[in-house]
Amino acid sequence: MQRYSGFGLVKHALSHHENWQRQWRNPTPKKQYDVIVVGGGGHGLATAYYLAKEFGVKNVAVIEKGWLGGGNTARNTTIVRSNYLWDEAAALYEHSMKLWEGLSQDLNYNVMFSQRGVLNLGHTLQDMRDIQRRVNANRLNGVDGEVLDAKGVQALVPIMDCSKNARYPVLGASWQPRAGVARHDAVAWGFARAADALGVDILQQTEVTGFKIRDGQIYGVHTNRGDIEAKTVGCVAAGNSGVLAKMAGIKLPLESHPLQALVSEPLKPILDTVVMSNHVHGYISQSDKGDLVIGAGIDGYNGYGQRGSYPTVEHTLQAIVEMFPIFSRVRMNRQWGGVVDTCPDACPILSKTRVKGLYFNCGWGTGGFKATPGSGHVFAASLARGEMHSIAAPFSIDRFHTGALVDEHGAAGVAH
Amino acid sequence: MFYIHCPYCGELREEEEFHPKGQAHIARPADPAACTDEEWGDYLFFRDNPRGIHHELWVHAVGCRKFFNITRHTVTYEILETYKMGERPAFTADNPHGHDAEAAPRPAPAAAQAGVHA
Repeated sequence: MQRYSGFGLVKHALSHHENWQRQWRNPTPKKQYDVIVVGGGGHGLATAYYLAKEFGVKNVAVIEKGWLGGGNTARNTTIVRSNYLWDEAAALYEHSMKLWEGLSQDLNYNVMFSQRGVLNLGHTLQDMRDIQRRVNANRLNGVDGEVLDAKGVQALVPIMDCSKNARYPVLGASWQPRAGVARHDAVAWGFARAADALGVDILQQTEVTGFKIRDGQIYGVHTNRGDIEAKTVGCVAAGNSGVLAKMAGIKLPLESHPLQALVSEPLKPILDTVVMSNHVHGYISQSDKGDLVIGAGIDGYNGYGQRGSYPTVEHTLQAIVEMFPIFSRVRMNRQWGGVVDTCPDACPILSKTRVKGLYFNCGWGTGGFKATPGSGHVFAASLARGEMHSIAAPFSIDRFHTGALVDEHGAAGVAH
Repeated sequence: MFYIHCPYCGELREEEEFHPKGQAHIARPADPAACTDEEWGDYLFFRDNPRGIHHELWVHAVGCRKFFNITRHTVTYEILETYKMGERPAFTADNPHGHDAEAAPRPAPAAAQAGVHA
């Protein structure tokens, strides 16, 4: 792999940038791999990368039915934070946050991780009590956080309406300074390039059509490009996880919903942090290009169509304009939807299944992007060792029968 | 935006009057205390989540406030029918065109007027 550097940029400028090496190969599938990862989004590519880099499993294939990062990886609003309430979730997301902090160097790929801080607003007395409880829990878990009052919020975001006249006045917020945003495409491409350099085969436009299972043990997958064998298969297919699980005769406690987002025309820099509000259902940040990136809550019905209903967009924009009257005349450029696999307790599933050698990493719902490196890391460790990593263990699918749920609706909520 | 035919009001109304309430036809176990953890967990949390025809429960929240069922395709979002509580759907995954030979012949009035996804 040609390493990227400032010097390399100058060197390639001399040849008019015509000789850059391709970022990854486009190999033909081998007959057999040690591990197959189904799903070439951020989490799947991260899994393959860490398998090859840290756990010595280099004979790995990533099977993707479309193109890399063409699903939720490229459809989310790129927010990264780790201020979750419960110990199990905080451990998982904070593990991820620590990997984010060194990710560009690690991958030799600029993922544009910008720690510009995230505000989670409180609009009611109960919101503020919950925020205080969550920030206290965060601090006990080594996650940075502060409780701000309305004045503190106003000082950070002068353009926000923090007056008492708002319909839902801002009473305060939780503030995580280490949180921020990253460039989502770069995350997928960076992991793909680094994994490919370590020998991982990335098979695009290859769709898994079934699993080869004998005596309760998996030994491969059927695809539209022929059968591929492996004794360990990890499925990381987000919204389509349930469809894959059905092929293996497994039921998952997931429902796939549309989740919508939209961006405005580019503006001069006006918002230098991320603002999220569970109460009025909206969140907003400004990308480096200048667009306002705005996210909604899920549409309530099940849907695989990668689009939702217009009223959801309208409600989100009402909330945004209520918080930021200055944005009332900003024109929106694009709007889209993704398919999110929501779990009853708003926490993911990282788990073995009844089929030996078949693992699932799914149920990230509305908030998977922030966990990309951490999820990939602990899932890779689990696939390599055949035992779930200690951080992943509490997220077993068994919790829906034992009752040991990790209820993160408060920290996840509409906020992603 | 969906336009949904409420089988109780008999009118086609905009989606905003309604709320989706998840998968339809899930019966609460008659004797919860007798359930195993497996059965109770399945009842509480596990859903079909199909990619295709799906039966779901909706409520006409700002209309008649009654619950009813919708058969809808989860990829095209096409609404195939709406029907009252206690009735059976004419369209199912096995009968995607609504030819339901076994059930008592029931006109599917909603199907003709069923909402389109605009």
